[in-house]
Amino acid sequence: MSVSRDTILGIVLLLVLLMLPYAALEAGKPFYVTLATRMAILALAAVGLNIALGLGGLVSFGHAAFFGVGGYAAGILASHAFAGQPLDFGFLSVPGTKTMPVIWLVAIAVGGLLAAAIGAISLRTSGVYFIMITLAFAQMTYYFAVSWPAYGGEDGLSITLRNGFPGVNTLVPINFFLIAWGLLAAALVLFAVLRNSRFGAALQAARQNEVRVATIGIEPYRIRLAAFALSGMVTALAGALYADLNRFVSPSMLSWHMSGELIVLAILGGVGRLAGPVAGAMLFVLFEFLLGGLTERWQFFLGLVLLGVVLFARGGVVGLIAGRPRHD
Amino acid sequence: MQTALFIEQMLNGLQLGVMLFLMAAGLTLIFGVMGLINLAHGSLYMVGAFACAAVAGATGSFWLGLAASLAAAAAAGAVVEILVIRRLYERDHLDQVLATFALILIFSEGTRWLYGSFPLYLDIPPLLQGTVALPGGSRYQLYRLAVIGVGVTVAVGLYLLITRTRLGMRIRAGESDREMIGALGVDIRTLYTVVFALGAALAGLAGAMVGALQSVQVGMGEPALILAFVVIVIGGIGSIKGALVGAVIVGVVDTMGRFLLPQLFGLMMPPSQAGLVGGALASMLIYIVMAVVLALKPQGLFPAAKG
Repeated sequence: MSVSRDTILGIVLLLVLLMLPYAALEAGKPFYVTLATRMAILALAAVGLNIALGLGGLVSFGHAAFFGVGGYAAGILASHAFAGQPLDFGFLSVPGTKTMPVIWLVAIAVGGLLAAAIGAISLRTSGVYFIMITLAFAQMTYYFAVSWPAYGGEDGLSITLRNGFPGVNTLVPINFFLIAWGLLAAALVLFAVLRNSRFGAALQAARQNEVRVATIGIEPYRIRLAAFALSGMVTALAGALYADLNRFVSPSMLSWHMSGELIVLAILGGVGRLAGPVAGAMLFVLFEFLLGGLTERWQFFLGLVLLGVVLFARGGVVGLIAGRPRHD
Repeated sequence: MQTALFIEQMLNGLQLGVMLFLMAAGLTLIFGVMGLINLAHGSLYMVGAFACAAVAGATGSFWLGLAASLAAAAAAGAVVEILVIRRLYERDHLDQVLATFALILIFSEGTRWLYGSFPLYLDIPPLLQGTVALPGGSRYQLYRLAVIGVGVTVAVGLYLLITRTRLGMRIRAGESDREMIGALGVDIRTLYTVVFALGAALAGLAGAMVGALQSVQVGMGEPALILAFVVIVIGGIGSIKGALVGAVIVGVVDTMGRFLLPQLFGLMMPPSQAGLVGGALASMLIYIVMAVVLALKPQGLFPAAKG
């Protein structure tokens, strides 16, 4: 079995991303470590979206909901741990925590549950309905976060001190980068395994021809729901990391604009490709940083570039480098 | 006093509903005829509001501003259709979403470039500044009533346009079989541009009229766009009648939810908490209604002939 160019490109990009902060430290520019961390976290979120969007063909315009919920999971648990007050659910009370792995598990669980609930309703429809409904449900979580004052409402919630990881000082930027990078690498492995599994084959087949898949006895709805939930989990995990990176979580993480940016990340690189989200996130953050330094109006130019990519460079950046996929 | 307040809130709901109808009618028409999902529809709404505020500010006449909003939004719509949207009809929805998202970025930042980040304010024209007595003793803003009137007039006009005119016939033909009407000699490219500009003008009109009630600022279009999505999902995508029913449902449910839910919870819990829970629930109410409608009728209340 030969290794595809897409896979090789994915590995190369991961290694480049890994070397970036070390080069930055070497050059005496520690700020760039944060930039690289941002790339890794956004790439992780886009890998999550890529499961639904790339493999399943489910155009979710509501992934900010999962991203933000992951962020709020981190923020809420940390704020309770900091205040020393347990979370009170009425019938049981749970202590807050400042331990990342625990926060991640909670974020993944909450993100998965929310995605399962939203998916269960949205997946009854398809096409434009699906796009609009996922967008509407994400907007619902946004308005809930804005109108619920217990955790900051519109102002958001600060994380006083970045959460900890057993045995690692997460306050050192490079350590936190390595954590994010490690999770990104793990997610990419998960994506690759998933894509080549029976489940992944069924999911991609359902994207290409729903009727045929149903005829051979596979129910597309259940496969898609599982993929959507899994996709939400990965994106929620990224959200928890993102909150820790900024030490702040606010409703803007849940906004439609975030959902749009996640789609841009996934598409800019090349949809359904292993390397796509990594390339997309690296380009996006670089673009934001370089153009943002030149002009306040960088989003105007982002729009133009994006328009150009959609109209003239189908298949994204990875498509340009790795060629068209063979079986699509 | 309670009845008067109730009537007032109902009218507010209706006013929100007709505004949403103007947005949703364009969206659903564009989807029905061209099969296109247009995220930038909210930007055209914003263009209308800014054109109205700018022209009204320069000339002192709201009415000139209103005319300018229609012209500017229709022109922006036509230009965007010819330059960008036209290339997207044959693409999948993902490309359409991405390209129109890019258009939002361009419109929003471009407008911020021209007008800055501070909101503009638009005054209600003197002719409509008064209030009207309502049964129950309270008074209601004349302007809001006029907005409802305009919305109803547009709905009737649109109905007549689509059922009684040659253009309407072509639009309906385009919905059911676009290749056939092309073969019959109708210039389908022009038809598409006209439909897109018509939808844009409706959005611009909505933006201008809402601009006098709220402030005119960058980013005003997207909340309206998302509500319009909820409207057409409830009503059934591609159906103008569905858009009207959905818009009234969403407008009234949203407004009445914000008004009644805190009071309802007030019967069961202390007022401060009731306001909190009721307020949070009210902000999610229309999405819950949408979920219920979808659970019962996945194609919306008035499914169009083709999905």
